[in-house]
Amino acid sequence: MTKHAFHRSRAEMLSERPPPIASRGVIGWLRANLFSNYLSAALTVGSIAVIALIVPGLIEWAFIDATLTGEIGKDCPSEGACWAWLDQRITQFFYGFYPPDAYWRVNVCIALLVPALAYMLFDKLPYSRYGRWFSLAYPVIAAILLVGGLGLEVVRTDQFGGFMLNLIAGLVGIVLSLPIGILLALGRRSRMPIVRMFSIGFIEFIRGVPLITLLFVAIILLPLFLPPQVTLDQLIRVMIIITVFASAYMAEVIRGGLQAIPQGQYEAGQAMGLGYWQSMRLIILPQALKISIPGIVNTFIGLFKDTTLVIIIGLFDILGQARLLQTNPDWLGKVDYETFLLAALFFFVICFSMSRYSLNLEKRLDTTRR
Amino acid sequence: MAEADAAPGGAEDLIIEITGLNKWFGQFHVLRDIDLNVERRERIVICGPSGSGKSTLIRCINRLEEHQQGTVVVDGVELTHNLKNIDAIRREVGMVFQQFNLFPHLTVLENCTLAPIWVRRVPKAEAQQTAMEYLERVKIPEQALKFPGQLSGGQQQRVAIARSLCMKPNIMLFDEPTSALDPEMIKEVLEVMVDLAESGMTMLVVTHEMGFAAEVANRVIFMDEGQIVEQNTPDEFFNNPQSDRTKLFLSQIL
Ligand SMILES: Nc1ncnc2c1ncn2[C@@H]1O[C@H](COP(=O)(O)OP(=O)(O)OP(=O)(O)O)[C@@H](O)[C@H]1O
Ligand SMILES: [Mg+2]
Repeated sequence: MTKHAFHRSRAEMLSERPPPIASRGVIGWLRANLFSNYLSAALTVGSIAVIALIVPGLIEWAFIDATLTGEIGKDCPSEGACWAWLDQRITQFFYGFYPPDAYWRVNVCIALLVPALAYMLFDKLPYSRYGRWFSLAYPVIAAILLVGGLGLEVVRTDQFGGFMLNLIAGLVGIVLSLPIGILLALGRRSRMPIVRMFSIGFIEFIRGVPLITLLFVAIILLPLFLPPQVTLDQLIRVMIIITVFASAYMAEVIRGGLQAIPQGQYEAGQAMGLGYWQSMRLIILPQALKISIPGIVNTFIGLFKDTTLVIIIGLFDILGQARLLQTNPDWLGKVDYETFLLAALFFFVICFSMSRYSLNLEKRLDTTRR
Repeated sequence: MAEADAAPGGAEDLIIEITGLNKWFGQFHVLRDIDLNVERRERIVICGPSGSGKSTLIRCINRLEEHQQGTVVVDGVELTHNLKNIDAIRREVGMVFQQFNLFPHLTVLENCTLAPIWVRRVPKAEAQQTAMEYLERVKIPEQALKFPGQLSGGQQQRVAIARSLCMKPNIMLFDEPTSALDPEMIKEVLEVMVDLAESGMTMLVVTHEMGFAAEVANRVIFMDEGQIVEQNTPDEFFNNPQSDRTKLFLSQIL
C-alpha cells in the first residue's frame, strides 16, 4: 500500500459552531462605511461640508429667527421666516373654501380613510372580512360626506380646495388608474385585434400629449362638443383626465411586469384548465404587479403631484392657496418661501409614506427568502 | 403487451387517437403525418434528437399548441376550436414541464390546491386534504407551507407532479421532466414517476432517460424531423433498432 504525502483522513467529524461575533464598534463601522477609500472619504467630508453650510442657516431662518404671531405681513421683521399667517390661514390651506361649519365632514372622511386604506393594504387585521366591505363602500360614503345630499347640506365642488382637494383628486386617481391600467396592459397584449388596437391607440395618444393640453381640452373644448344639457362637473372632468393620464402610464408599467413573467407560467395555468381571467387573476397578475411595484408607486406619486394642475380650472388647491396668500396685499413679499415650504411638506409626507409602504409591500411579497 | 401498430378503432380501450396530424410553425413543417393511438394505462416514452418535434407533439394533446391538419381525440373528445372541449380535455390531462413552472408566489400547498378549487370547484378543505395526500405520495408533505423558491430542483419537480395529480387526471404528459435537474435529483423524480406508472396512469413521457424507458415503458417512440420514425417495445427498440436514424441516435445517447 502506497502512502502519499497528501494522504489524510479525518478520525472525527467537526461539530457545528456558532458564527463569530462581529465586534467592530463605532470606529470600525465608520471605517468600513464612510472612509473605506479615498473617494468615499472625500464624499463623506464633502457631504458633511454641504450639510454644515445649509442646515444651520435653514434652522435659524425657519425656527430661531422666525416670527410666529402677527396680524399682517408688516408684523414680520425681514430676517427669519414669517409664520404669522398660519394662525389665520392654515384651515384654508387644508380645506380651501369649504364651509367651516362642515369641516367635520372632511375630518370624518379622513378618519374613515385610515381603516378603509388599512383594510385594503394590510392583511391580518382584526375583522378583516367586514373591513374589506367597508373599504369598498368607502368611496360612496366619502362622496356623500363631501358633496352632501341625504340630508347633509350640499357643498359645490368649486368650494373644495386646499390640500384636501389634492388628496381627493389624488386618491380617486390612484384607486381608478390601477385597474384601468391593468385592463389596458392586458388589452395591449390581447389576441383580439380590436381590443389591442384600441389599447395601443389609447395609451400612445394619452402618453403623447401633455397633461395640460388634455386638461384644457376637457375644460374648454369638451363643452363645445357636448350637447348643452349635458353638464359634467369641472372637478369630475379634471379627475377623469388625471386618472386617464395616469392609467396610460400605469398600463405601460404593468405591461413591463407582464412581460417579465415566463411563458411557462401561462402554460402551467392553461394546462390545468384555468381560463384566461382566472390565470390572470390568480397566477399572472399577482406576480406581474409585484414586479411592477416600484413603477406603480412612481406613477402614483407623479399622479398625486399632478393634482396641483387643478389650478388651471380655477380651483385653489394647496398651491393655489399659497399663491393667493402670496399676492394678498397684507402679506405681499413676506410669505413666498414659507407657503411653498408648507405645501412641499404636505406633499412630501404623503409621497414619502407611499414610497415607504411600497418598500414594505415588496418585502412582504418576497417569497424567495422567508 | 400493447401492440405498437394496433389498428385504430379496434376493440382496445383507446384514450388518445391522433390521426394524420400535421402542424406548421409559419413555413416550418414541424409535425408531419403523425398517427398515434394510446391505450388506457399505456406508458409511452418519446425520444429523438433536439428539434424533432417531441414537445410540440405532446403539447398538441392538451392544445398548448394548435394543429392545422388531422384529428386529435382525447378520451372521446375531439380537440377543435371548441373552447368547451379544450377545457374538458385540459381538466383530464395533467402536464409536467421541464422547467417545473410552479407558481412562485404561492406556497407548495396553494400550488396544489389552486386548480382543484378554481377549475373543479372542490371545497378548499377537501382540496387541501387531497393535496397533502399527493404531496405525501411524492414524499414531501413537510414542505407544504414553503414557497417553491425554497426547494431544490428535484423537490420542485415532485411538487409539480403532485400539483398535476391533484386534478385527478386520466393522462399525464411529461416533457423532459428531469432534463433541468442535477444527477442526484433525477433519481428521486424518476422514482415518483415509476410509482405513478405502477398505479396504472396513462403516461406519455418525453425523456432521454433510457433506464426509465426500459423499466416502465410499454412502447418507445423515436421521432426525427417531425415524424415518428420507429416505435417498438423497449426491449426491441434498444436491442434491435431498425432504422439507421434510430441506430445513430441510440449510439449517441447510450
Ligand atoms: N413557438 C414556436 N415557433 C416557431 N418554431 C417553433 C416553436 N416552438 C418550437 N419550434 C420549432 O419546432 C421544432 C420542434 O420543436 P420542439 O420543441 O417540439 O422540439 P423537441 O423535439 O421537443 O426538442 P428538444 O429536445 O430540444 O426539446 C424546433 O425546430 C423548434 O425550433
Ligand atoms: Mg422539447
